[in-house]
Amino acid sequence: MISFFQAVMNPSVPFVRNALIGSVLAAFLFGILGSMVTVRRIAGLAGAISHTVLGGIGLALFLVSRGAPGWISPMLGALVFAILAAITISIVSIKAKQREDTVINALWAIGMSLGVIFMAKTPGYADPMSYLFGNILLVTQKNLYILGALNIIVLLLVVRFYRHIEAASFDEEFAATKGLPVMAIYLFLLLIIAVAIVMLQTFVGIVMVIAMLTLPAGTAGFFSHNLAGMMVNSSILALIFSVLGLILSWVFDLPAGALIVLIAGMVYIGISVGRMLQGRRSSKS
Amino acid sequence: MNQAAQNEAATLGQTPSSLDSMDGKEHGVIVEPALPHPPENVAIWCHDLSFRYREVEVFRNVTFHVHSGEFVVLTGKNGAGKSTLLKLVVGLLEPQQGQVLVFGVSPRRRIESIGYVPQHASFDPAFPIRVEDVVGMGRLSGLSYISKDQKRGDIEWAMEQAEVTDLRARPFSALSGGQRRRVLVARALVGHPRLLVLDEPTANMDIDSENKFFEVLARIKMGATILIATHDSDFVSELADTVLCVGQDSEHPHSVHRHAMEKAEDLPKDIYGSNMLRVRHDIELPDDACCEGKDP
Repeated sequence: MISFFQAVMNPSVPFVRNALIGSVLAAFLFGILGSMVTVRRIAGLAGAISHTVLGGIGLALFLVSRGAPGWISPMLGALVFAILAAITISIVSIKAKQREDTVINALWAIGMSLGVIFMAKTPGYADPMSYLFGNILLVTQKNLYILGALNIIVLLLVVRFYRHIEAASFDEEFAATKGLPVMAIYLFLLLIIAVAIVMLQTFVGIVMVIAMLTLPAGTAGFFSHNLAGMMVNSSILALIFSVLGLILSWVFDLPAGALIVLIAGMVYIGISVGRMLQGRRSSKS
Repeated sequence: MNQAAQNEAATLGQTPSSLDSMDGKEHGVIVEPALPHPPENVAIWCHDLSFRYREVEVFRNVTFHVHSGEFVVLTGKNGAGKSTLLKLVVGLLEPQQGQVLVFGVSPRRRIESIGYVPQHASFDPAFPIRVEDVVGMGRLSGLSYISKDQKRGDIEWAMEQAEVTDLRARPFSALSGGQRRRVLVARALVGHPRLLVLDEPTANMDIDSENKFFEVLARIKMGATILIATHDSDFVSELADTVLCVGQDSEHPHSVHRHAMEKAEDLPKDIYGSNMLRVRHDIELPDDACCEGKDP
């Protein structure tokens, strides 16, 4: 068996190189958007958007099997559902905050159920598992271009509006008194997260996108002093987890997405437990 | 002309009839009388204000004003509407009837002139942010870009005023309750506000912190109008020029009234950092009681 690095350099197996480039690009999105998701405590909300995506994928597959035009693709279906979910959640959040939890959970369940039903009614083999857990080795050149563009857009926006994002995340009420369009910022953040989720679920799958949006950022939160530091640290951690997971999946022939999340989860739990024990020891002494 | 248009007309210093002419509608026909316009020395002008949250009425036909440079204490029981009134003053809420003006225009057009310290410091303790960055937020104005150098001097000045310069590099989550409130005051001061609005800033604060807090406010009083809501409805700091009681009158629960104050020298000085004033709930003052000797 050739080594991972030989495979990366080998032009006859481009999917390995694509997977590596994809992991690097995904790491920045996981790091930056994950930090915003974590400090705003909207991980559940991102989870709902990512699971709603399955409904869109199922609907697109079903429509194509019934003779719909070729431009209808699972990614388009996923994108439409993700954006609709983001808009619905933000409207509920603005108009009826107390119903937010119910709506998030309802979207989560309805999206997944629709996906399973549409796939069951789609002739041929459409396995929801492949969308739930993804396959990083299926990343195409086109996926990479879209991911690269999304990275550039997110980076430019964060650099230009960093102080505004920080203020709206830290204290929305005060930010509103300073004339910041806090609701528009919130909606825009959800839409960017929705688009990113659709792109990123190709790599690690719907279920695991949410883990990668929270675990590297959560780990970075232990030793970051500000949001910018958290974004940088979290991106570096996501990069390490992704590349390490990819290499180990190649070596041990294991699913890459699951392995990446497992590494991220173990590091997060390890550091959490370590800090807890350290805190107990220092409080005793 | 509808109420909103009249409000805007008053905001712009125009009469509704002049706006009608501009619109080319019903020349000379005034459906409702124009709202009065505040004198120049008035910082907060609240006229015929009514506000409700769905089924819950909070204010009905409330009228009061606050002169520039005054230290005004807003008292009232929990749930009386103090925070709602402050949110109307800073523009977080819009009145359903009547008008609230800050230095003659709607609060949303006075963003630069208002400093706000919200009530609940319910910040996520895990949010990674330093004191200096929290204070720096006060320099934001809409989505416009402000460079770090531009606001450096203002941040230094505000931290000095609120006595938090030494805390600048500390994580906000590592501060005590009193220190956090002073940091939030510094944040509100960064933009050199002409009006500082504080919502129960000393709630759950120990006596030393409260004393220090009022020392800071005494210094700020020299350069700004201060509107502060407090949970203690019987005594207020000697810094106060005016006390406004929210929903105090059981017959008029949705009202705001000006009440008299008297020195309470029989009480210890260990809170508010100075002598206290006793609020005379039995003596209601007319709304123009503060205007004597003040030029319009």
